[in-house]
Amino acid sequence: MSTTETTPSGIGPVEGAPFYGVDNPAPLIEAPRRRTKKTPRSTRGNFEMIAWLFMRLSGVVLVVLVLGHLLIQLVLDGGVSKVGFAFVAGRWASPWWQVWDLAMLWLAMLHGANGLRTVINDYAERPASRMWLKALLYTATVWTILLGTLVIFTFDPNIR
Amino acid sequence: MWSWVAHRVTGVLIFFFLFVHVLDTALVRVSPEDYDKVVATYKTPIVACLEYGLVAAILFHALNGLRVIAVDFWSKGPRYQKQMLWSVVGLWVVLMAGAIYPVLGHAARVVFGS
Repeated sequence: MSTTETTPSGIGPVEGAPFYGVDNPAPLIEAPRRRTKKTPRSTRGNFEMIAWLFMRLSGVVLVVLVLGHLLIQLVLDGGVSKVGFAFVAGRWASPWWQVWDLAMLWLAMLHGANGLRTVINDYAERPASRMWLKALLYTATVWTILLGTLVIFTFDPNIR
Repeated sequence: MWSWVAHRVTGVLIFFFLFVHVLDTALVRVSPEDYDKVVATYKTPIVACLEYGLVAAILFHALNGLRVIAVDFWSKGPRYQKQMLWSVVGLWVVLMAGAIYPVLGHAARVVFGS
């Protein structure tokens, strides 16, 4: 008895196995949803999963960075009344606070931008409005991150 | 459901403030006088109330965000999500009560005299 008889109608060939064999006297049917060479490659990467994970990881870090920032700026040592150019100059004299503020800027901007991207995706229904709102969001985000980074790196306490 | 709505609303509000805040801080690259002039508005009583609102939004978003992480990653998170929500609300009330004096104290001294 040969293992390749007439091809049963309605059944495609199964990758790496003949239709009939000693172990499968009935024609072999491919398992549903099995990945084969014919399965189209996914054109979507893991972006949404990475974004989801980023929101949680950056969120934990931001809780520390932002609440620490609020404590320093609004609570300790007279609250907001002591904030001024001299106060900023004193803090940015230390690399520790420069890195703190830089990390806070980048993480908060990206966290917020991704959050607003989700909100736009949820509520803006027309493709054109989605496109324009996201274009505006990404432009504003990139500009603000670059501006803030430039300010931290080029800060000059003796500007005057 | 309502914690989800509040998380969105506070998130969007905080993000819009962040744009303003980066812009006002960028004035340190213009001149000390311009920066101090703009920061002076942060010290007025009305803006102090807005700051208290900002603290309220950030604290809720932070505490509820930690709860969302716990629901997603802690195996018992979904089972205790309701208890965690009430912990978030309780902690938020305590912290907001604690923030009244530091955040609004100087505004009260401006309005009522010290």
